[in-house]
Amino acid sequence: MKWVMLIILCVSGSAWAGEARPLTDDPVAEARLKHLAVELRCLVCQNQTLADSSAPLAEDLRREVREMIAKNMSDPEIIEFLVSRYGDFVLYRPPLKATTTLLWVGPFVLMAIGVTALVMTLRRRSRTVAEASVTDEEHRRVEQLLAEGEKRS
Amino acid sequence: MNRFLLPLSIFVVVVGFLGIGLTLNPREIPSPLVGKVAPEFSQPQLYDQEKVFSPADLKGKVWLLNFWASWCSGCKTEHPVLMDLAQSGQVTIYGMDYKDQREEALTWLQRGGNPYSVVGVDEVGRVGINFGVYGVPETYVIDKQGVIRYKQIGPLYPDTVEKKILPLVKQLESE
Repeated sequence: MKWVMLIILCVSGSAWAGEARPLTDDPVAEARLKHLAVELRCLVCQNQTLADSSAPLAEDLRREVREMIAKNMSDPEIIEFLVSRYGDFVLYRPPLKATTTLLWVGPFVLMAIGVTALVMTLRRRSRTVAEASVTDEEHRRVEQLLAEGEKRS
Repeated sequence: MNRFLLPLSIFVVVVGFLGIGLTLNPREIPSPLVGKVAPEFSQPQLYDQEKVFSPADLKGKVWLLNFWASWCSGCKTEHPVLMDLAQSGQVTIYGMDYKDQREEALTWLQRGGNPYSVVGVDEVGRVGINFGVYGVPETYVIDKQGVIRYKQIGPLYPDTVEKKILPLVKQLESE
């Protein structure tokens, strides 16, 4: 009976050994890969990061990054490697340069337009709505009506 | 009437932008490699594995490099176009069999014909990465100095060949 148990243990052990391999054997390198991969876009499924994607290209690129980490290349060097091949599009945070100005400044321009429009509308409204003046006679009438209403309720 | 003019014009502008957005293909990412020297490689050839395919041998020629695979559906659409282009003799096409099984690649070329002058094998996709390939098929036009002048993402259609590839090749030949 003990032997059977031992065999079952061995077999099941080898069954899961092939799954869920760590990204690298070195935990420091693994942390670096993770840190880099969340900043990089998968070119195939464009709304996923390189870390999330299971597309074959993403796997290949993770392999490349892993090898570059093993070669002791710095983060900027690794990013430069990918940008020189795939363009700024691989970066989730594109750099600020001439071609990306609209991307970075655009939202602020839209906000400025919105705020200006709001201020202008509010000012115009305060000018057009005239202060209502109430005469003493009208005031008395209002008081009277209110009092009557109270009595009724 | 005047008070509707501003919202209406904003609406028209927004619709205009959205309309342009609809015609753009988000899959087409401009390649930073256009205008740069094509990456070096030396890969085994598909037919004669002993031989090496390297762009260094092609200096002084205008040529097309087509990344393809037997598993790629876009390549199926593209294949007759490549065959026609190769038969017209207007430009030489070199192939790069991208992440493929050798047997299947050979069967594919046997069935559909072989438009390539030489086919290299990129088994692990490393040449692809150096060329910024992110989906096959992709085609590069490379000039006499070995500079990438154009990149076609996705299959070549007769229209693209007619209007972009051939005029560019002619212009590069005369340079």
